[in-house]
Amino acid sequence: MPQRYNLIGTHCKSCGEYYFPPRTLCPNCRRTGQMEEHRFRGTGTVITYTTIYSATEDFERLTPYNLAIIQLDEGPKLTGQVVCSPEDMKIGMRVRPVFRILGKEGERGIIYYGTKFAPADDAP
Amino acid sequence: MRAVSIIGVGCTRFGERWDSSLRDLVVETGIAAIEDAGVAGEAIDALYVGNMSGGRFVEQEHIGALIADYAGLSRLHIPSTRVEAACASGGLALREAFLAVASGYADIVIAAGVEKMTDVSSGVAADALAAAADREWECFFGATFPALYAMIARLHMRRYGTTREQLAQVAVKNHHHGHMNPIAQYHTEIKVEDVVSSPLVADPLRVLDCSPITDGAAALVLAPSDIASRYCDTPIRILASAQASDSLALHDRRDITTLDATVYAAKKAFAQARLTPEDIDVAEVHDCFTIGEILAIEDLGFFPKGEGGAATEEGRTAIGGDVAVNTSGGLKACGHPVGATGIKQAYEIVLQLRGEAGKRQVDDAEIGLTHNVGGSGGTALVHILSR
Ligand SMILES: [Zn+2]
Repeated sequence: MPQRYNLIGTHCKSCGEYYFPPRTLCPNCRRTGQMEEHRFRGTGTVITYTTIYSATEDFERLTPYNLAIIQLDEGPKLTGQVVCSPEDMKIGMRVRPVFRILGKEGERGIIYYGTKFAPADDAP
Repeated sequence: MRAVSIIGVGCTRFGERWDSSLRDLVVETGIAAIEDAGVAGEAIDALYVGNMSGGRFVEQEHIGALIADYAGLSRLHIPSTRVEAACASGGLALREAFLAVASGYADIVIAAGVEKMTDVSSGVAADALAAAADREWECFFGATFPALYAMIARLHMRRYGTTREQLAQVAVKNHHHGHMNPIAQYHTEIKVEDVVSSPLVADPLRVLDCSPITDGAAALVLAPSDIASRYCDTPIRILASAQASDSLALHDRRDITTLDATVYAAKKAFAQARLTPEDIDVAEVHDCFTIGEILAIEDLGFFPKGEGGAATEEGRTAIGGDVAVNTSGGLKACGHPVGATGIKQAYEIVLQLRGEAGKRQVDDAEIGLTHNVGGSGGTALVHILSR
């Protein structure tokens, strides 16, 4: 799924709104919206977060790990992991995308890659 | 639309029911409801059954026909429909049954709910429940249900000053109510210190902030109000039935600290009933996590946004307070067999309005409300009931 690791979503040329994950219909303009592919920069701000100590079987080996709702700079929000120590997590912190293994299907199965996030120093 | 009343109720004991299968639970609750209403099988026009995930929990689908069969109704060929809206499946079954009677299409209709959750490992149960979130864009990145509610809690605490202790007070109150309820999963009272020192699940939520994994079933019998008194001395009117949806994924919401599905369902329900939140004496709300009850009492309009934590701390939602919330013990202490929860909520309100709630009876309860949420707020149902 290329959208997952490239952060490809959509942009509506009619109303200017950005969407991630990609949508074929613009909820603002519905059928009159003109949608085009948009690759997000991946930089954004943590809206809220948690540190997970008890996970489903697929993620048990990662505990504890941080999960956040991140608002991308273009506007849309998404859910993703933030790779840093739980003590460093803060509402309002800036993050940047990092390419990571997300999971594996069985011992020798398919490896899933995807985007995680890391703290970003916002200084230019 | 015809006026609709509840003329019979039944509910199993909630908890780990290793002694009973899904079909045993259904038979137990179905018989109780039908006997309570004094109706014969031949009188039943339809069944609606709330069930979230029989396929994952007991590898049984086709729950509609199964329930009609084991309720002893297979030779009557009564239409039986399973409805699913995650943890709001029971509330939705009640609404479908209500619509069938209100429309005039059916007279006597059963609304039931059932879930058998303890036959699988906790990992499998967590994964089955996670299916109510957005599998591709939340769970794929490691989200769990407690994690989604933990993120709501974190932002609610930051924005409104809700404290860790206020969250714990929800669990303390609901265990206090639950210890007076014979069908509840837990009869133990707990203290704030117990909650805040229990193991972390998804920070800031801990084990005692979370509703348990539960087996159980509940059933209601509905009839047109104009014939309800033929069956029952104390029929309970359904003044309103409302449903609303929102984005499946939490990150797509307008406001992470408000469940808009609750706000819209509540607005519709209060308009239908021509009542306001101040008129409600007793409410069963969806406290799957402690923060869930705080959101509910704000989004339903019982307290201004951001003041749910303080209201809980001040005892305003306990029995004897402004509005008695979760007298059954709620999902937290009474238990949360997901597909049955919305029906059990109505069961508790019916007992309260009939004056049959025993030690947890709310004085002069005349108007009650149920609030059932699916997922992290993708679906919400609100029903208003009256003596
Ligand atoms: Zn548009």
